[in-house]
Amino acid sequence: MATTMATASSDTIRVRRTAVRAWVGWFVLPATALLLVFFFYPLVIIIWRSFSDPQVGLSNYTALLNDDVSVRVLARTLYTALIVALCTLLISYPYAYAMTKAGRRARGVMTVLVLLPFWTSLMARNFAWYLLEQRGGLIEQLLAAVGIPGVVLLGSVTGAAVAMVQVMLPYMVLSLYSSMENIDRRLLDAACSLGAPRLTAFRKVYLPLSLPGVLSGFSLVFIMTLGFYITPTLLGSPQQALVSQLIASRVNGLLDFGGGGALGAVLLVITLLVLFTVGRTVRPAAALPQAVDRG
Amino acid sequence: MARPSARSASEPGVGWGLRVWSAGVIVLLLAPTVVVIPMSFSASETFQFPPEHWSLRWYQEFFTSPAWMSSLVTSLEVGLLVAALATVLGVLAAFGLDRARFNGREAIRSLIMAPMIMPGIVVAIAVYAVFLRWHLTGTLSGFVMAHTALAVPFVITTVTTSLSGYDRTVEAAAASLGAGPVATFHRITLPLLLPGVLSGFVFAFVTSLDEVVVALFLQTPDVRTIPVQMYDSIMLQIDPTIAAASSLIVLVTTIVLLIPLFVRRRSHS
Repeated sequence: MATTMATASSDTIRVRRTAVRAWVGWFVLPATALLLVFFFYPLVIIIWRSFSDPQVGLSNYTALLNDDVSVRVLARTLYTALIVALCTLLISYPYAYAMTKAGRRARGVMTVLVLLPFWTSLMARNFAWYLLEQRGGLIEQLLAAVGIPGVVLLGSVTGAAVAMVQVMLPYMVLSLYSSMENIDRRLLDAACSLGAPRLTAFRKVYLPLSLPGVLSGFSLVFIMTLGFYITPTLLGSPQQALVSQLIASRVNGLLDFGGGGALGAVLLVITLLVLFTVGRTVRPAAALPQAVDRG
Repeated sequence: MARPSARSASEPGVGWGLRVWSAGVIVLLLAPTVVVIPMSFSASETFQFPPEHWSLRWYQEFFTSPAWMSSLVTSLEVGLLVAALATVLGVLAAFGLDRARFNGREAIRSLIMAPMIMPGIVVAIAVYAVFLRWHLTGTLSGFVMAHTALAVPFVITTVTTSLSGYDRTVEAAAASLGAGPVATFHRITLPLLLPGVLSGFVFAFVTSLDEVVVALFLQTPDVRTIPVQMYDSIMLQIDPTIAAASSLIVLVTTIVLLIPLFVRRRSHS
Protein backbone atom coordinates (compact mmCIF):
# COMPACT_ATOMS: atom_id res chain seq x y z
CA MET A 1 0.00 0.00 0.00
CA ALA A 2 2.69 2.42 1.08
CA THR A 3 4.70 1.59 -2.02
CA THR A 4 1.78 2.29 -4.34
CA MET A 5 1.26 5.66 -2.74
CA ALA A 6 4.92 6.52 -3.08
CA THR A 7 4.88 5.63 -6.77
CA ALA A 8 1.71 7.60 -7.29
CA SER A 9 3.10 10.76 -5.71
CA SER A 10 6.42 10.51 -7.56
CA ASP A 11 4.35 10.16 -10.75
CA THR A 12 2.54 13.40 -10.02
CA ILE A 13 5.85 15.10 -9.44
CA ARG A 14 7.14 13.81 -12.73
CA VAL A 15 4.03 15.02 -14.55
CA ARG A 16 4.30 18.43 -12.93
CA ARG A 17 7.98 18.72 -13.78
CA THR A 18 7.45 17.86 -17.43
CA ALA A 19 4.78 20.55 -17.55
CA VAL A 20 7.21 22.99 -15.94
CA ARG A 21 9.85 22.11 -18.51
CA ALA A 22 7.68 23.10 -21.42
CA TRP A 23 6.90 26.64 -20.28
CA VAL A 24 10.29 27.34 -18.73
CA GLY A 25 11.63 27.29 -22.28
CA TRP A 26 9.97 30.65 -22.89
CA PHE A 27 12.30 32.18 -20.30
CA VAL A 28 15.00 32.49 -22.97
CA LEU A 29 12.75 34.78 -24.98
CA PRO A 30 13.51 38.22 -23.42
CA ALA A 31 17.29 37.82 -23.62
CA THR A 32 17.05 36.42 -27.15
CA ALA A 33 14.82 39.28 -28.23
CA LEU A 34 17.16 41.91 -26.80
CA LEU A 35 20.14 40.35 -28.53
CA LEU A 36 18.30 40.02 -31.82
CA VAL A 37 17.34 43.70 -31.83
CA PHE A 38 20.44 45.33 -30.36
CA PHE A 39 23.17 42.93 -31.44
CA PHE A 40 22.33 40.71 -34.39
CA TYR A 41 20.13 43.13 -36.31
CA PRO A 42 22.97 45.73 -36.37
CA LEU A 43 25.41 43.03 -37.53
CA VAL A 44 23.08 41.98 -40.34
CA ILE A 45 22.56 45.61 -41.34
CA ILE A 46 26.28 46.40 -41.45
CA ILE A 47 26.90 43.36 -43.64
CA TRP A 48 23.98 44.31 -45.86
CA ARG A 49 25.39 47.83 -46.18
CA SER A 50 28.74 46.41 -47.27
CA PHE A 51 26.85 45.02 -50.28
CA SER A 52 24.54 47.97 -50.87
CA ASP A 53 26.25 51.23 -49.84
CA PRO A 54 26.77 53.29 -52.05
CA GLN A 55 25.24 50.94 -54.67
CA VAL A 56 24.06 47.33 -54.66
CA GLY A 57 26.82 44.96 -55.70
CA LEU A 58 30.28 43.84 -54.77
CA SER A 59 31.92 47.24 -55.31
CA ASN A 60 33.11 47.53 -51.71
CA TYR A 61 34.75 44.13 -51.90
CA THR A 62 36.42 44.67 -55.26
CA ALA A 63 37.67 48.02 -53.96
CA LEU A 64 39.02 46.27 -50.87
CA LEU A 65 40.87 43.64 -52.91
CA ASN A 66 42.31 46.23 -55.28
CA ASP A 67 43.44 48.48 -52.45
CA ASP A 68 47.03 47.67 -51.51
CA VAL A 69 46.65 49.33 -48.13
CA SER A 70 43.63 47.26 -47.10
CA VAL A 71 45.22 44.00 -48.17
CA ARG A 72 48.49 44.84 -46.43
CA VAL A 73 46.63 45.86 -43.26
CA LEU A 74 44.60 42.63 -43.28
CA ALA A 75 47.76 40.56 -43.69
CA ARG A 76 49.49 42.48 -40.89
CA THR A 77 46.48 41.95 -38.63
CA LEU A 78 46.38 38.19 -39.22
CA TYR A 79 50.13 37.94 -38.67
CA THR A 80 49.99 40.01 -35.47
CA ALA A 81 47.09 37.95 -34.12
CA LEU A 82 49.03 34.73 -34.81
CA ILE A 83 52.13 36.02 -33.04
CA VAL A 84 50.10 37.31 -30.09
CA ALA A 85 48.27 33.98 -29.76
CA LEU A 86 51.56 32.07 -29.95
CA CYS A 87 53.32 34.22 -27.33
CA THR A 88 50.30 34.07 -25.04
CA LEU A 89 50.27 30.28 -25.35
CA LEU A 90 53.99 29.90 -24.59
CA ILE A 91 53.74 32.17 -21.54
CA SER A 92 50.53 30.63 -20.22
CA TYR A 93 51.18 26.90 -20.66
CA PRO A 94 53.64 26.48 -17.78
CA TYR A 95 51.46 28.64 -15.53
CA ALA A 96 48.33 26.60 -16.24
CA TYR A 97 50.36 23.42 -15.75
CA ALA A 98 51.61 24.72 -12.41
CA MET A 99 47.98 25.42 -11.44
CA THR A 100 47.09 21.76 -11.89
CA LYS A 101 50.01 20.67 -9.73
CA ALA A 102 49.61 23.27 -7.00
CA GLY A 103 47.77 22.55 -3.78
CA ARG A 104 44.16 23.64 -3.33
CA ARG A 105 45.02 26.92 -1.64
CA ALA A 106 47.81 27.93 -4.02
CA ARG A 107 45.56 27.10 -6.95
CA GLY A 108 42.86 29.39 -5.59
CA VAL A 109 45.33 32.24 -5.25
CA MET A 110 46.73 31.62 -8.75
CA THR A 111 43.19 31.68 -10.17
CA VAL A 112 42.26 34.94 -8.47
CA LEU A 113 45.54 36.52 -9.63
CA VAL A 114 44.60 35.63 -13.21
CA LEU A 115 41.02 36.81 -12.86
CA LEU A 116 41.66 40.16 -11.21
CA PRO A 117 43.46 41.75 -14.16
CA PHE A 118 40.88 40.18 -16.47
CA TRP A 119 38.19 42.22 -14.78
CA THR A 120 40.13 45.37 -13.94
CA SER A 121 39.83 48.25 -16.31
CA LEU A 122 41.15 47.69 -19.80
CA MET A 123 41.69 51.45 -20.17
CA ALA A 124 43.79 51.54 -17.00
CA ARG A 125 45.95 48.75 -18.38
CA ASN A 126 46.32 50.44 -21.75
CA PHE A 127 47.35 53.61 -19.95
CA ALA A 128 49.85 51.64 -17.87
CA TRP A 129 51.40 50.17 -21.01
CA TYR A 130 51.52 53.66 -22.49
CA LEU A 131 53.56 54.78 -19.46
CA LEU A 132 55.86 51.76 -19.63
CA GLU A 133 56.43 51.90 -23.38
CA GLN A 134 56.80 55.67 -23.87
CA ARG A 135 60.08 57.39 -24.69
CA GLY A 136 62.17 57.34 -21.53
CA GLY A 137 59.77 54.81 -19.99
CA LEU A 138 60.70 51.82 -17.85
CA ILE A 139 60.94 49.38 -20.74
CA GLU A 140 63.39 51.57 -22.65
CA GLN A 141 65.46 52.05 -19.47
CA LEU A 142 65.46 48.33 -18.65
CA LEU A 143 66.48 47.33 -22.16
CA ALA A 144 69.19 50.00 -22.17
CA ALA A 145 70.46 48.61 -18.86
CA VAL A 146 70.97 45.17 -20.42
CA GLY A 147 72.70 46.71 -23.42
CA ILE A 148 69.89 47.24 -25.94
CA PRO A 149 69.50 51.03 -25.99
CA GLY A 150 66.99 53.16 -27.85
CA VAL A 151 64.01 50.79 -28.00
CA VAL A 152 60.74 52.72 -27.82
CA LEU A 153 57.81 50.34 -28.17
CA LEU A 154 55.11 53.02 -28.10
CA GLY A 155 53.86 53.80 -31.58
CA SER A 156 54.64 50.43 -33.15
CA VAL A 157 52.76 47.20 -33.79
CA THR A 158 55.16 45.51 -31.38
CA GLY A 159 54.14 47.95 -28.66
CA ALA A 160 50.49 47.11 -29.22
CA ALA A 161 51.22 43.36 -29.45
CA VAL A 162 53.04 43.29 -26.10
CA ALA A 163 50.02 44.82 -24.38
CA MET A 164 47.62 42.52 -26.22
CA VAL A 165 49.56 39.48 -25.00
CA GLN A 166 49.16 40.68 -21.42
CA VAL A 167 45.45 41.39 -21.87
CA MET A 168 44.88 37.95 -23.39
CA LEU A 169 46.80 35.93 -20.77
CA PRO A 170 43.76 35.23 -18.54
CA TYR A 171 41.75 33.81 -21.47
CA MET A 172 44.59 31.49 -22.41
CA VAL A 173 45.46 30.39 -18.88
CA LEU A 174 41.85 29.50 -18.09
CA SER A 175 41.26 27.70 -21.40
CA LEU A 176 44.39 25.63 -20.83
CA TYR A 177 43.60 24.97 -17.19
CA SER A 178 40.03 23.84 -17.82
CA SER A 179 41.36 21.22 -20.20
CA MET A 180 44.44 20.23 -18.16
CA GLU A 181 42.57 19.68 -14.91
CA ASN A 182 40.81 16.72 -16.51
CA ILE A 183 44.03 15.00 -17.48
CA ASP A 184 44.73 11.98 -15.34
CA ARG A 185 48.25 12.53 -14.07
CA ARG A 186 48.63 8.84 -13.27
CA LEU A 187 49.14 8.32 -16.99
CA LEU A 188 52.44 10.18 -16.56
CA ASP A 189 53.38 7.85 -13.71
CA ALA A 190 52.52 4.91 -15.88
CA ALA A 191 54.75 6.19 -18.67
CA CYS A 192 57.58 6.82 -16.21
CA SER A 193 57.25 3.43 -14.60
CA LEU A 194 57.50 1.87 -18.05
CA GLY A 195 60.88 3.56 -18.36
CA ALA A 196 60.15 6.82 -20.15
CA PRO A 197 62.21 9.78 -18.95
CA ARG A 198 60.05 12.51 -17.37
CA LEU A 199 60.42 14.87 -20.33
CA THR A 200 59.56 12.18 -22.87
CA ALA A 201 56.56 11.14 -20.83
CA PHE A 202 55.42 14.75 -20.75
CA ARG A 203 55.91 15.21 -24.48
CA LYS A 204 54.31 11.94 -25.54
CA VAL A 205 51.50 11.70 -22.99
CA TYR A 206 50.65 15.02 -21.36
CA LEU A 207 51.16 17.38 -24.29
CA PRO A 208 48.83 15.52 -26.68
CA LEU A 209 46.17 15.24 -23.97
CA SER A 210 46.32 19.00 -23.38
CA LEU A 211 45.92 19.81 -27.09
CA PRO A 212 42.16 20.51 -26.91
CA GLY A 213 42.85 23.29 -24.39
CA VAL A 214 45.73 24.59 -26.48
CA LEU A 215 43.54 24.66 -29.57
CA SER A 216 40.61 26.40 -27.90
CA GLY A 217 42.82 28.93 -26.09
CA PHE A 218 44.82 29.65 -29.22
CA SER A 219 41.77 30.21 -31.42
CA LEU A 220 40.04 32.29 -28.76
CA VAL A 221 43.04 34.61 -28.39
CA PHE A 222 43.52 34.74 -32.16
CA ILE A 223 39.90 35.74 -32.78
CA MET A 224 39.77 38.31 -30.01
CA THR A 225 43.08 39.88 -31.04
CA LEU A 226 41.74 40.41 -34.57
CA GLY A 227 39.03 42.69 -33.19
CA PHE A 228 41.17 44.73 -30.77
CA TYR A 229 40.72 48.41 -31.38
CA ILE A 230 41.70 50.45 -28.32
CA THR A 231 45.11 48.91 -27.74
CA PRO A 232 46.45 49.32 -31.30
CA THR A 233 45.03 52.83 -31.48
CA LEU A 234 46.64 53.98 -28.24
CA LEU A 235 49.90 52.03 -28.41
CA GLY A 236 50.32 51.23 -32.09
CA SER A 237 50.75 53.51 -35.06
CA PRO A 238 48.52 54.69 -37.91
CA GLN A 239 51.42 53.95 -40.29
CA GLN A 240 51.36 50.29 -39.21
CA ALA A 241 47.59 50.14 -38.74
CA LEU A 242 45.67 47.00 -37.88
CA VAL A 243 42.33 46.31 -39.53
CA SER A 244 40.30 47.70 -36.62
CA GLN A 245 42.02 51.07 -36.98
CA LEU A 246 41.29 51.06 -40.70
CA ILE A 247 37.62 50.20 -40.10
CA ALA A 248 37.27 52.95 -37.52
CA SER A 249 38.89 55.57 -39.72
CA ARG A 250 36.56 54.66 -42.60
CA VAL A 251 33.50 54.90 -40.39
CA ASN A 252 34.51 57.88 -38.23
CA GLY A 253 36.21 60.07 -40.75
CA LEU A 254 34.32 59.26 -43.92
CA LEU A 255 31.06 57.75 -42.58
CA ASP A 256 31.85 55.04 -45.13
CA PHE A 257 29.75 52.26 -43.57
CA GLY A 258 29.92 50.26 -46.80
CA GLY A 259 33.72 50.13 -46.93
CA GLY A 260 34.08 49.74 -43.17
CA GLY A 261 31.37 47.10 -43.22
CA ALA A 262 33.18 45.12 -45.93
CA LEU A 263 36.35 45.00 -43.82
CA GLY A 264 34.21 44.08 -40.81
CA ALA A 265 32.54 41.31 -42.78
CA VAL A 266 35.96 39.89 -43.65
CA LEU A 267 36.80 39.83 -39.92
CA LEU A 268 33.48 38.17 -39.12
CA VAL A 269 34.01 35.52 -41.78
CA ILE A 270 37.49 34.74 -40.45
CA THR A 271 36.07 34.54 -36.92
CA LEU A 272 33.28 32.19 -37.93
CA LEU A 273 35.65 30.05 -40.01
CA VAL A 274 37.94 29.60 -37.01
CA LEU A 275 34.96 28.84 -34.76
CA PHE A 276 33.53 26.24 -37.11
CA THR A 277 36.91 24.60 -37.71
CA VAL A 278 37.73 24.35 -34.04
CA GLY A 279 34.14 23.56 -33.23
CA ARG A 280 32.45 23.76 -29.90
CA THR A 281 35.64 23.59 -27.87
CA VAL A 282 35.95 27.39 -27.87
CA ARG A 283 34.04 28.50 -24.84
CA PRO A 284 35.25 32.03 -24.20
CA ALA A 285 34.58 32.90 -20.61
CA ALA A 286 32.94 29.60 -19.79
CA ALA A 287 36.00 28.80 -17.76
CA LEU A 288 35.86 32.04 -15.79
CA PRO A 289 33.06 31.75 -13.26
CA GLN A 290 33.79 28.08 -12.74
CA ALA A 291 37.31 29.07 -11.93
CA VAL A 292 35.94 31.59 -9.42
CA ASP A 293 33.82 28.83 -7.94
CA ARG A 294 36.84 26.73 -7.34
CA GLY A 295 38.95 29.61 -6.19
CA MET B 1 35.50 17.43 -5.49
CA ALA B 2 36.79 14.23 -7.06
CA ARG B 3 39.86 15.04 -9.06
CA PRO B 4 41.49 12.47 -11.29
CA SER B 5 44.74 14.38 -11.10
CA ALA B 6 45.55 13.25 -7.61
CA ARG B 7 49.10 14.05 -6.52
CA SER B 8 51.27 11.18 -7.61
CA ALA B 9 54.24 9.73 -5.83
CA SER B 10 56.81 9.96 -8.62
CA GLU B 11 56.22 13.68 -9.08
CA PRO B 12 56.97 16.11 -6.33
CA GLY B 13 54.89 19.33 -6.08
CA VAL B 14 55.59 22.33 -8.25
CA GLY B 15 59.26 22.42 -9.29
CA TRP B 16 61.48 25.48 -9.06
CA GLY B 17 61.45 26.19 -12.77
CA LEU B 18 57.65 26.27 -12.77
CA ARG B 19 57.58 28.42 -9.64
CA VAL B 20 59.89 31.06 -11.10
CA TRP B 21 57.97 31.05 -14.38
CA SER B 22 54.62 31.41 -12.60
CA ALA B 23 55.97 34.26 -10.47
CA GLY B 24 57.06 35.97 -13.70
CA VAL B 25 53.59 35.53 -15.19
CA ILE B 26 52.01 36.98 -12.03
CA VAL B 27 54.30 40.01 -12.28
CA LEU B 28 53.34 40.42 -15.94
CA LEU B 29 49.65 40.15 -15.04
CA LEU B 30 49.70 42.58 -12.14
CA ALA B 31 52.59 44.99 -12.69
CA PRO B 32 51.01 47.12 -15.42
CA THR B 33 47.96 47.74 -13.28
CA VAL B 34 50.08 48.64 -10.28
CA VAL B 35 52.09 51.17 -12.33
CA VAL B 36 49.13 53.54 -12.55
CA ILE B 37 48.97 53.97 -8.78
CA PRO B 38 52.29 55.82 -8.21
CA MET B 39 51.58 57.75 -11.39
CA SER B 40 48.36 59.10 -9.88
CA PHE B 41 50.33 60.83 -7.11
CA SER B 42 52.55 62.71 -9.55
CA ALA B 43 52.86 66.48 -9.36
CA SER B 44 53.82 66.82 -13.00
CA GLU B 45 51.60 67.83 -15.90
CA THR B 46 53.18 65.24 -18.16
CA PHE B 47 53.06 61.44 -18.25
CA GLN B 48 56.64 61.24 -17.01
CA PHE B 49 57.12 57.96 -15.15
CA PRO B 50 58.30 57.41 -12.49
CA PRO B 51 57.21 60.84 -11.22
CA GLU B 52 59.80 63.13 -9.63
CA HIS B 53 57.49 65.08 -7.36
CA TRP B 54 54.38 63.99 -5.56
CA SER B 55 50.97 65.55 -5.01
CA LEU B 56 47.26 64.83 -4.77
CA ARG B 57 46.35 67.35 -7.44
CA TRP B 58 45.09 64.80 -9.96
CA TYR B 59 42.66 63.35 -7.43
CA GLN B 60 41.46 66.85 -6.71
CA GLU B 61 41.17 67.46 -10.44
CA PHE B 62 39.19 64.22 -10.88
CA PHE B 63 36.64 65.09 -8.21
CA THR B 64 36.23 68.75 -9.20
CA SER B 65 36.32 68.58 -13.00
CA PRO B 66 32.79 68.68 -14.48
CA ALA B 67 33.87 66.54 -17.44
CA TRP B 68 35.27 63.73 -15.25
CA MET B 69 32.42 63.88 -12.77
CA SER B 70 29.67 63.79 -15.37
CA SER B 71 31.33 60.85 -17.13
CA LEU B 72 31.61 59.07 -13.77
CA VAL B 73 27.91 59.62 -13.07
CA THR B 74 26.98 58.41 -16.57
CA SER B 75 29.14 55.31 -16.15
CA LEU B 76 27.57 54.45 -12.81
CA GLU B 77 24.03 55.00 -14.10
CA VAL B 78 24.63 52.94 -17.21
CA GLY B 79 26.47 50.26 -15.25
CA LEU B 80 23.75 49.79 -12.64
CA LEU B 81 20.95 49.75 -15.21
CA VAL B 82 22.89 47.26 -17.34
CA ALA B 83 23.61 45.07 -14.32
CA ALA B 84 19.93 45.02 -13.29
CA LEU B 85 18.60 44.37 -16.78
CA ALA B 86 21.25 41.82 -17.72
CA THR B 87 20.75 39.96 -14.44
CA VAL B 88 16.99 39.63 -14.94
CA LEU B 89 17.33 38.56 -18.58
CA GLY B 90 20.34 36.36 -17.87
CA VAL B 91 18.79 34.50 -14.92
CA LEU B 92 15.63 33.83 -16.92
CA ALA B 93 17.58 32.66 -19.95
CA ALA B 94 19.89 30.46 -17.89
CA PHE B 95 16.80 28.79 -16.42
CA GLY B 96 15.21 28.29 -19.78
CA LEU B 97 18.38 26.80 -21.20
CA ASP B 98 19.04 24.58 -18.18
CA ARG B 99 15.55 23.30 -17.41
CA ALA B 100 13.60 23.18 -20.64
CA ARG B 101 14.10 20.69 -23.43
CA PHE B 102 13.17 22.17 -26.75
CA ASN B 103 14.33 22.07 -30.34
CA GLY B 104 17.08 24.48 -31.21
CA ARG B 105 18.14 24.90 -27.59
CA GLU B 106 21.82 24.61 -28.46
CA ALA B 107 21.39 27.05 -31.34
CA ILE B 108 19.77 29.57 -29.01
CA ARG B 109 22.56 29.04 -26.50
CA SER B 110 25.30 29.79 -29.04
CA LEU B 111 23.28 32.76 -30.26
CA ILE B 112 23.06 34.25 -26.78
CA MET B 113 26.74 33.59 -26.04
CA ALA B 114 27.91 35.09 -29.36
CA PRO B 115 28.60 38.63 -28.05
CA MET B 116 31.52 37.24 -26.05
CA ILE B 117 33.39 36.26 -29.15
CA MET B 118 32.47 38.65 -31.96
CA PRO B 119 35.26 41.09 -32.89
CA GLY B 120 34.73 44.24 -30.81
CA ILE B 121 35.27 46.74 -33.59
CA VAL B 122 32.71 45.09 -35.88
CA VAL B 123 30.07 45.12 -33.15
CA ALA B 124 30.89 48.77 -32.47
CA ILE B 125 30.42 50.04 -36.04
CA ALA B 126 27.35 47.85 -36.52
CA VAL B 127 25.67 49.20 -33.39
CA TYR B 128 26.79 52.73 -34.27
CA ALA B 129 25.27 52.57 -37.76
CA VAL B 130 21.90 51.35 -36.49
CA PHE B 131 21.81 53.58 -33.40
CA LEU B 132 22.48 56.65 -35.56
CA ARG B 133 19.23 55.94 -37.39
CA TRP B 134 17.33 55.17 -34.20
CA HIS B 135 18.69 58.34 -32.55
CA LEU B 136 20.15 56.28 -29.73
CA THR B 137 23.71 57.64 -29.94
CA GLY B 138 24.58 59.88 -27.02
CA THR B 139 21.62 58.61 -24.98
CA LEU B 140 21.55 56.68 -21.75
CA SER B 141 19.20 54.06 -23.19
CA GLY B 142 21.52 53.58 -26.16
CA PHE B 143 24.45 52.78 -23.88
CA VAL B 144 22.28 50.55 -21.68
CA MET B 145 20.92 48.46 -24.55
CA ALA B 146 24.29 47.99 -26.27
CA HIS B 147 26.04 47.09 -23.01
CA THR B 148 23.28 44.77 -21.84
CA ALA B 149 23.67 42.73 -25.03
CA LEU B 150 27.38 42.38 -24.20
CA ALA B 151 26.78 41.62 -20.50
CA VAL B 152 23.99 39.00 -20.69
CA PRO B 153 26.35 36.13 -21.64
CA PHE B 154 28.39 36.68 -18.47
CA VAL B 155 25.28 36.45 -16.28
CA ILE B 156 24.13 33.31 -18.10
CA THR B 157 27.52 31.68 -17.61
CA THR B 158 27.65 32.32 -13.86
CA VAL B 159 24.04 31.31 -13.25
CA THR B 160 24.36 28.19 -15.42
CA THR B 161 27.40 27.19 -13.39
CA SER B 162 25.48 27.49 -10.13
CA LEU B 163 22.50 25.66 -11.63
CA SER B 164 24.59 22.73 -12.75
CA GLY B 165 26.27 22.56 -9.37
CA TYR B 166 23.21 22.10 -7.21
CA ASP B 167 21.12 19.24 -6.05
CA ARG B 168 17.80 19.33 -7.81
CA THR B 169 16.16 16.75 -5.55
CA VAL B 170 15.67 19.61 -3.08
CA GLU B 171 13.17 21.07 -5.52
CA ALA B 172 11.41 17.76 -5.92
CA ALA B 173 11.24 17.53 -2.14
CA ALA B 174 9.66 20.97 -1.93
CA ALA B 175 7.19 20.04 -4.64
CA SER B 176 6.29 16.77 -2.91
CA LEU B 177 5.62 18.76 0.27
CA GLY B 178 3.05 20.73 -1.69
CA ALA B 179 4.97 23.82 -2.80
CA GLY B 180 3.90 25.15 -6.19
CA PRO B 181 6.48 26.02 -8.85
CA VAL B 182 6.51 29.71 -7.90
CA ALA B 183 6.92 29.02 -4.19
CA THR B 184 9.61 26.46 -4.93
CA PHE B 185 11.50 28.96 -7.05
CA HIS B 186 11.13 31.72 -4.49
CA ARG B 187 11.89 29.72 -1.35
CA ILE B 188 14.33 27.08 -2.59
CA THR B 189 15.87 27.80 -5.97
CA LEU B 190 16.56 31.50 -5.67
CA PRO B 191 18.36 31.42 -2.29
CA LEU B 192 20.55 28.56 -3.52
CA LEU B 193 21.38 30.44 -6.69
CA LEU B 194 21.99 33.77 -5.01
CA PRO B 195 25.81 33.65 -5.09
CA GLY B 196 25.75 32.88 -8.83
CA VAL B 197 23.23 35.64 -9.46
CA LEU B 198 25.31 38.07 -7.42
CA SER B 199 28.46 37.30 -9.41
CA GLY B 200 26.44 37.70 -12.60
CA PHE B 201 25.28 41.14 -11.45
CA VAL B 202 28.84 42.18 -10.59
CA PHE B 203 30.28 40.85 -13.86
CA ALA B 204 27.58 42.68 -15.83
CA PHE B 205 28.28 45.91 -13.97
CA VAL B 206 32.02 45.64 -14.53
CA THR B 207 31.55 44.69 -18.19
CA SER B 208 29.64 47.91 -18.74
CA LEU B 209 31.94 50.03 -16.58
CA ASP B 210 34.94 48.78 -18.54
CA GLU B 211 33.54 48.79 -22.09
CA VAL B 212 35.33 51.23 -24.40
CA VAL B 213 34.90 50.41 -28.05
CA VAL B 214 31.13 50.63 -28.41
CA ALA B 215 31.04 53.55 -25.95
CA LEU B 216 33.58 55.42 -28.05
CA PHE B 217 31.23 55.30 -31.04
CA LEU B 218 28.04 56.02 -29.10
CA GLN B 219 29.44 58.96 -27.10
CA THR B 220 28.68 62.62 -27.59
CA PRO B 221 30.48 65.45 -25.76
CA ASP B 222 27.56 65.57 -23.31
CA VAL B 223 26.96 61.89 -22.71
CA ARG B 224 30.09 59.81 -22.35
CA THR B 225 31.36 57.16 -19.98
CA ILE B 226 34.54 57.10 -17.89
CA PRO B 227 36.55 54.89 -20.30
CA VAL B 228 35.78 57.32 -23.14
CA GLN B 229 36.97 60.22 -21.02
CA MET B 230 40.12 58.23 -20.23
CA TYR B 231 40.66 57.49 -23.91
CA ASP B 232 40.42 61.18 -24.76
CA SER B 233 42.82 62.12 -22.00
CA ILE B 234 45.52 60.01 -23.67
CA MET B 235 44.66 60.52 -27.34
CA LEU B 236 43.53 64.14 -27.51
CA GLN B 237 45.02 65.88 -24.51
CA ILE B 238 47.79 64.79 -22.17
CA ASP B 239 45.67 64.85 -19.02
CA PRO B 240 47.27 63.05 -16.03
CA THR B 241 43.88 62.99 -14.31
CA ILE B 242 43.56 59.62 -16.06
CA ALA B 243 46.10 58.22 -13.60
CA ALA B 244 43.87 59.13 -10.65
CA ALA B 245 40.81 57.82 -12.51
CA SER B 246 42.59 54.54 -13.37
CA SER B 247 43.74 54.00 -9.79
CA LEU B 248 40.27 54.63 -8.41
CA ILE B 249 38.65 52.32 -10.96
CA VAL B 250 41.16 49.55 -10.33
CA LEU B 251 40.55 49.91 -6.59
CA VAL B 252 36.77 49.95 -6.88
CA THR B 253 36.50 47.07 -9.36
CA THR B 254 38.85 44.94 -7.30
CA ILE B 255 36.72 45.48 -4.20
CA VAL B 256 33.46 44.92 -6.08
CA LEU B 257 34.78 41.71 -7.63
CA LEU B 258 35.97 40.30 -4.35
CA ILE B 259 32.49 40.69 -2.77
CA PRO B 260 30.89 37.65 -4.47
CA LEU B 261 34.02 35.67 -3.69
CA PHE B 262 33.66 36.36 0.04
CA VAL B 263 29.90 35.83 0.03
CA ARG B 264 30.57 32.46 -1.57
CA ARG B 265 33.24 31.62 0.98
CA ARG B 266 30.86 32.45 3.79
CA SER B 267 27.98 30.47 2.33
CA HIS B 268 30.30 27.48 1.93
CA SER B 269 31.53 27.48 5.50
